[in-house]
Amino acid sequence: MVTNVTNFSRSGLYDWMAQRVSAVVLAAYALFLLGYVLANPGMGYTEWQGLFANSWMRIFSLMSLVALSAHAWVGLWTITTDYLTPMTLGSWATGIRFLAQALCGMIMFVLFVWGVQILWGI
Amino acid sequence: MVTGTYCKCLPDNSPCSLGLSKCEYAVNSQRPVNLDLRTIKLPLTAYSSILHRISGVILFFGIAVLLYGLDKSLASEQGFAEVKECLASPLAKLVVWGLLSGLMYHLTAGIRHLIMDLGIGETLEGGKLGAQIVFIVSAILIVLTGVWIW
Repeated sequence: MVTNVTNFSRSGLYDWMAQRVSAVVLAAYALFLLGYVLANPGMGYTEWQGLFANSWMRIFSLMSLVALSAHAWVGLWTITTDYLTPMTLGSWATGIRFLAQALCGMIMFVLFVWGVQILWGI
Repeated sequence: MVTGTYCKCLPDNSPCSLGLSKCEYAVNSQRPVNLDLRTIKLPLTAYSSILHRISGVILFFGIAVLLYGLDKSLASEQGFAEVKECLASPLAKLVVWGLLSGLMYHLTAGIRHLIMDLGIGETLEGGKLGAQIVFIVSAILIVLTGVWIW
């Protein structure tokens, strides 16, 4: 079994599953939001604000934010481990890859906290 | 150098030629392996996979733009009006179209992944056809998104 200290769950199978489950949540959320905007042309502030003031919408949004965090991490981890390698970067690869992954994780964390603030700041 | 038929790493660890288990054979095989993408002519399926990755990275950074818009539009009636006004500008329309195009491609390719996880379209021919379908469907969605925005 391959174990890697920087992946999401230290198990490729679990990462694979997390990627799929989060993908379904994100697809549902994206299609719902697009559908809502499409179905309500010329929407005003009251309606828009009212949508996000609903408890179910906040739960749905927070769920998508959690799904996004896991999804983005697994995806970016996969990409960085595939391309930021000694073959492309030479002997500094491990350090550069670690820093790039740390940066991705930090950006994702900031986006997550910001998202929570937006949802509960209404 | 060991040559001959390729042995897949099977869970049953059953013996392969040369007295090695299948896993040992695959791992210890000295067959030359070239994983340098810059020196390989990529098939259509590879382009669909790489585009899935590129669109994912674009969406990751695009989330910041979308959250900014959401923050402002929900903060106040004035903020909502400002976002709406901004979205009317050609540059903003282009950015939104770009992000939605990334989303459309990523979503289409992602759905294909889920279908393949069900065991459908996993053959070489199925993979090629799947990649072609993803390109066609996402292209249609991207054009439709452009029509909606403008």
